[in-house]
Formats: sequence, C-alpha cells, structure tokens
Amino acid sequence: MTAPDNLRYTPDHEWVRLEGNMITVGITDHAQSELSDVVFVELPDMGDLEKGAACAVVESVKAASDIYAPLSGEIVEINLDLVADPAKVNTDPYDGGWIFKMRLDDVSQVDALMDASSYTSLVR
Amino acid sequence: MVSFAGWELPVMYSSILAEHETVRTSVGVFDISHMGQIFVSGEKSQKWLDALLTNDVSNLEIADAQYTFLLNESGGVIDDLILYRLDETSFFLVVNAAKINEVTEWFDRHLLEGITYENESSEWAGLAVQGPRAPEIYTRITGGRCLPAKYGVDDVTHEGARMIVCRTGYTGEDGFELFCSARAASGWFQVLMDEHVVPCGLGARDTLRLEMCYPLNGNDLTEERTPLEAGLGRFVAFDKEVEFLGREVLLRQKEEGVEYRLMAIQLSERGAPPRAGYPVLGDEDQVIGHLTSGALSPSLGVGIALAYLPRDVVKIGSSVKIEVRGQGLPAKVVKKPFYQH
Repeated sequence: MTAPDNLRYTPDHEWVRLEGNMITVGITDHAQSELSDVVFVELPDMGDLEKGAACAVVESVKAASDIYAPLSGEIVEINLDLVADPAKVNTDPYDGGWIFKMRLDDVSQVDALMDASSYTSLVR
Repeated sequence: MVSFAGWELPVMYSSILAEHETVRTSVGVFDISHMGQIFVSGEKSQKWLDALLTNDVSNLEIADAQYTFLLNESGGVIDDLILYRLDETSFFLVVNAAKINEVTEWFDRHLLEGITYENESSEWAGLAVQGPRAPEIYTRITGGRCLPAKYGVDDVTHEGARMIVCRTGYTGEDGFELFCSARAASGWFQVLMDEHVVPCGLGARDTLRLEMCYPLNGNDLTEERTPLEAGLGRFVAFDKEVEFLGREVLLRQKEEGVEYRLMAIQLSERGAPPRAGYPVLGDEDQVIGHLTSGALSPSLGVGIALAYLPRDVVKIGSSVKIEVRGQGLPAKVVKKPFYQH
C-alpha cells in the first residue's frame, strides 16, 4: 500500500492534494485495493458542499461506497475520464483516478486532515 | 471476508473480475465447505425422498445427481439442493449452509420407521473446481482417475480416505465438486494450488451463477415463492408415483398460471451495477417489483439482475427501468440465461 507524503488523508480513505485554494480528491490505494474492480463512479454535482456530505459513489463489483466531501467548499471540476474508464481508480489512484476538485474558502481546514504517516498507521 | 451462516468466507482472493474470467476460460477453485452434507438410507428411502422432494427420485439412476426442491406445505422453497444416488437405498444430499437446520428439522418432522439420516456437515469439507480445464486437473491430482459423466457421482476411496466426487457446480462451466473429510481438505487445496488452480471467492461465485440465472437461496428463492414462480418447473415432477409435499399448490399454479415470475433483466447501457433490493419500474415509473439479485456481468459488461415481476405487466422483450439512487436506468426483460457458451 502506498500513501504519498505530499497528500493529506481522511478517516474515510480519501486523499486530498492542496494547490493554492483548490483541492483534488480521490480514494487511497488502500481503499481501492479493499474495493477491488471499480466498475462505476457516480460523479458529484457542481456546487457548494459541507464537510462530510456524501457527494459521489464508487462502485466495485462487490459493493457501492459513498465518497464524502473531505472539507467544506465548492465542487468546481469532476474527472469525466472515469465515465469511460472507472478502473483508473484502481490502476492510478493518486493521479489519473482523481474524482473531483473543490475550491476552499478556508484553506486552513486542510491542517485538520491526517498526514501520510498517521494515515498509514490507521490502516496498518 | 464476510460472515455467512456462521462461517467466515472470502469474497475474493485477488479480483472478482479476474477470478470470474479464470473460471470461464481456465480453472478456479471455490471452498464450499460451508455447504451441508446429509446422508439418507433405508429400504424405503427412495419413496420417502420422493414424498419430500419435487424431482422424480425413482428416475434417478445410481451414481447420478438431481437438482431438486424441498418445499413447505404451501409450495414455498425451504431449500434447493442436489441429490446424489449412491446406491439403491442410499442417497447423499448437498444442502445450503444456511438451511441445514431447516432441512434436518423437516426430516425429523416427517421421519418414518426404517429411514435414517446423518447430518455429517461438520465432518465434511468441499472444494468446487470449476472451468474448462477442471477434468484435466482432476486426472492429474488423482494420478489418472477420470471424472464421472456430467451430473454423475463417484463415491471412492482414494489413498485410504473416502471422497465423493460430483460432476456438478454452480458456475455454468464444466467441473467437479470434491467432498472429503475436513482433515483432508487443506491437503487437497494445496495440491490444487500447486497445479496453479486459481482460488476464487464468493464474489465470483455470485457473478458466475447469476450469468447462468442459477437462483441463490435466500435471495431468489424463499419460503414465500414456489419453484414455478422461480421459473424452475422443470425440476418438479407432477406425475411421479409418490405425491410430494406442496404439490397441490403447485398444481393449481400450473393450471391457472402464476401471477409473478422470476425474470431476467439486462441493463441497456453500461452504468451503475444493479443490486438486490433496487426497485424495478414499469411504463409509468410505478414500482412493479424489487431485484432479488443484481450485479455487473463480467462476461457481458452490463448490469444483470433477477426480480419477481407481474406476468400481466411484463414479458420477455418488455422495457423496464431499474431505479438506482433515484434514477431510472433503462433495461429489458430478456431470455434466461444471460450468458451463452
């Protein structure tokens, strides 16, 4: 299992990459490996979301899993590549398998998320 | 891992899609030790079983198998099982793990003098080796033995230990189910691993059986539905010598037709996989039923599902919708099975 040092993590197994006031969100290597065989991703609608709101669904052959807004902000972009190729969530979880981008009003929220070593000890 | 009828069972070893593909094209093994093994014997055991099971036991040859149902008085399915005839007066039944108690309670309630049954479920283990390469694997791991014919059973002593080998399965592929003592099972599993047979979990077992429209007890079969409603009337022998329990209800359904039937539904487009419990919508978006099983078909690449639907509203070819999170996905009622070789 990998968990890159430059990302932040939630207890729901999402990763967050901060660039300026924007975050990119996906599910972790651990999460994709537990789910296995992602066959469908229901992408979120654009717009404002409160932290913790269920906004997307990742479906593997075995189960449907909700994806939550890791922080409060506005969804401004979704990964349309996942419509044709949902398995990218498995094969490239931290890059091509990203799910959505959010604009944050308050960037300091990111500090409350786990760093790579805390996340790694959570799932170990 | 998932809890099932008191057992911890693997949903998958590596990937459901990969395991599914392996069974369709090569060979995989499922640990089916959770299933129940019951032995019935006695001078009149054939007649006794004929009174409890829907298929015609008097027609079952020695060393052959029959898929059959144990029904309650109102014709509902207590269990679907495979009955193997070992000799003139002794039979071997493989029953669903969750139904072992129901079956033995039913046997106790209807027991007759001269009939004995042994529930040996905890002493036996089972491995289902499935896929086109299964016969060749069997020959290699047994030092030259050949599998019995399709639906056949061999009750043999191999290297000093009893094993029952059945040319049956739950995947739609050729293969066999090997029943042996619980003590011998890990040895057999290792032998299969050494032959590079791929271990497969419950997930692939479910997608494989659903593509074939084989029913899952507890989902597609319940005590509230009859085999005729499930579309499995061919395993019901109305004209056999001994009348079976539940026959009256089934006969009435046969004459009058059933109101609901278990139908196969295929999604028209790739999308969210259908799952058990999702509503099925008719022409005017009214709910006409709920899925009893559903999955993405790895072989077809689209969602497939089963549901009891009213026959006066839909038939093969009808357009319906499957509701997923408030959205109606277009689908069609299709002929069974979904997957053709």
